[in-house]
Amino acid sequence: MSGKPVTARYTSRRHRNTVARALAFAATALGLGWLALILGSLLWQGFSGLSLRVFTQMTPPPGSSGGLLNPIVGSLILTALAVAIGTPVGILAGTYLAEYGRHDRLSSVVRFINDILLSAPSIVVGLFIYEIMVAPMGHFSGWAGGVALAMLVIPVVVRTTEDMLTLVPNALREAATSIGLPRSLTITRICYRAARAGMVTGVLLAVARISGETAPLLFTSLNNQFWSPNLNAPMASLPVVIFQFALSPYKDWQSLAWTGALIITLAVLALSITARALVPSGKQS
Amino acid sequence: MDPARRRSVVDVALQEGVAVSVEGAVARAKVLDRLRLGDAAFRQVTRAAAVGVLLLLSGVIISLVAGSLPAFRTFGFGFLVSERWNPVTDNFGALPAIYGTVLTSAIAMLIAVPVGLMIAFFLTELCPPWLRRPIGIAIELLAGVPSIIYGIWGLFIFAPVLQETLQPFLIKTLGNVPLIAPLFAGPPYGIGMLTAGLILAIMVLPFVTSISRDVFEAVPPVLKEAAYGVGCTTWEVVRYVVLPYARVGVIGGVMLGLGRALGETMAVTFVIGNAHRISASILAPGTTISATIANEFTEAVGDLYTSSLIALGLILFVITFIVLAAARYMLMRIERRIG
Repeated sequence: MSGKPVTARYTSRRHRNTVARALAFAATALGLGWLALILGSLLWQGFSGLSLRVFTQMTPPPGSSGGLLNPIVGSLILTALAVAIGTPVGILAGTYLAEYGRHDRLSSVVRFINDILLSAPSIVVGLFIYEIMVAPMGHFSGWAGGVALAMLVIPVVVRTTEDMLTLVPNALREAATSIGLPRSLTITRICYRAARAGMVTGVLLAVARISGETAPLLFTSLNNQFWSPNLNAPMASLPVVIFQFALSPYKDWQSLAWTGALIITLAVLALSITARALVPSGKQS
Repeated sequence: MDPARRRSVVDVALQEGVAVSVEGAVARAKVLDRLRLGDAAFRQVTRAAAVGVLLLLSGVIISLVAGSLPAFRTFGFGFLVSERWNPVTDNFGALPAIYGTVLTSAIAMLIAVPVGLMIAFFLTELCPPWLRRPIGIAIELLAGVPSIIYGIWGLFIFAPVLQETLQPFLIKTLGNVPLIAPLFAGPPYGIGMLTAGLILAIMVLPFVTSISRDVFEAVPPVLKEAAYGVGCTTWEVVRYVVLPYARVGVIGGVMLGLGRALGETMAVTFVIGNAHRISASILAPGTTISATIANEFTEAVGDLYTSSLIALGLILFVITFIVLAAARYMLMRIERRIG
């Protein structure tokens, strides 16, 4: 045994424990403080610009006043398009993973690839859609933006659909089969209904994820200064407008960017809190 | 419908010769047939969707490789190690962008990993149970905040504060220490590698925290109780029992966060300064792969310029793919152990 007396070693262990506990408290305070700091400054900077005008007028040229109507509508259209394309594909693929091929080789490969897509850099998705849609079509378009976002929706929905279907008790499936229901009807009429809340959560989480996405839209749907619901033309979206306005030298544009940022954040936080509330605690993956 | 086919559908009424109306049996056979067809179709459709996910990834790889061919054909392997980035003379190299990506992510992980682990320690061992869920959700909300928000916040609020406080402090103190002095040389710009790294740290923190918390919680209580029983302090239990047991999972979570940090675009684009050069100082402006693409892609004129940017995208994709695949592999291993 080395020279230290027992009491001294005991005290040093106690001290180390106290320091570690203090650090843990500090780290948590730091994390929470940062969230508060970000939300606080968003509210502070964005709230003053929030008025009816923001929701009724188009984006202004520099130096005059205006609103964010066209990017808000553009974002809604792009999000709806992405959900319309991504959700069915995601649900079907998730269904295969959970119901038909729970243990086969294809499923394990798809599961792995899907997890990679789930956290793949979104800017790469933008490049991909540029290559396969924008370049052949010869122009930026709302369609391309919607498809790019759909590529981010799919992995989220696949993952939650599979997780939620796996939670459905097998007894339900067996009961359905025993009364002669074919597999497809068992899935659509029984399993989907049992897992509905979880699957809706998945879609909400996907919407929350894409509504703030900027990178994949930069060179797919680009931006549009004017009112344009035409999906074949470049389309404005809230994140891209924030990006452009925030980096501009004009004060009006910068304050609109803050207001837009506030709107997006509130929408995203509301979505993710709703999504959490839908799933009873303990069932979360 | 011919009789042979009808018999293939199991219809007890017909086989047993029980007196039933033939029309009823035929109608039933039709329904069963339709159901069987629908069943097979549904299975194939779901399978096609699953295969579609695979095709998406291979599509991404193929299109990136095809798009970057001109750049690699022109510059060859030199593209990866060249420091030049000159759109005027059409001379491109990826090294500054790769360097910036790696450096900012390294700064982010250096901060986010210890802080995230300490928060997980707090949540699993110290926190009163009723506070656990709210704090956990609050930390996860940090992950929900869109990256562009971090960008605008970093540029207008965080960078000016850093310029006035942390950066002059670093220059004055660490800037005079031999060996590491070059790291903190130069004027405090506010924006730059360090700022981008700090913002990334905040963004990665929730990933590290929530996965660490999950694997900490999965440590069997018996092990912890045994350690407490022989007189360990809370910290010693975490340090010598929980951490070693959860190591693989924690590393998986860290790699997942690293994958995010490497590919993060908007937050970094706002605060990195977009300068194509390699400086020793972490206070200097630089660039990352994703920031370069975001800033320059729509303005890129000429095939070689575009192709070089796509080649950057391919490099980023390959790096993140390796990191994420490793992360998934480790998390899968720990899931198997827990499950």
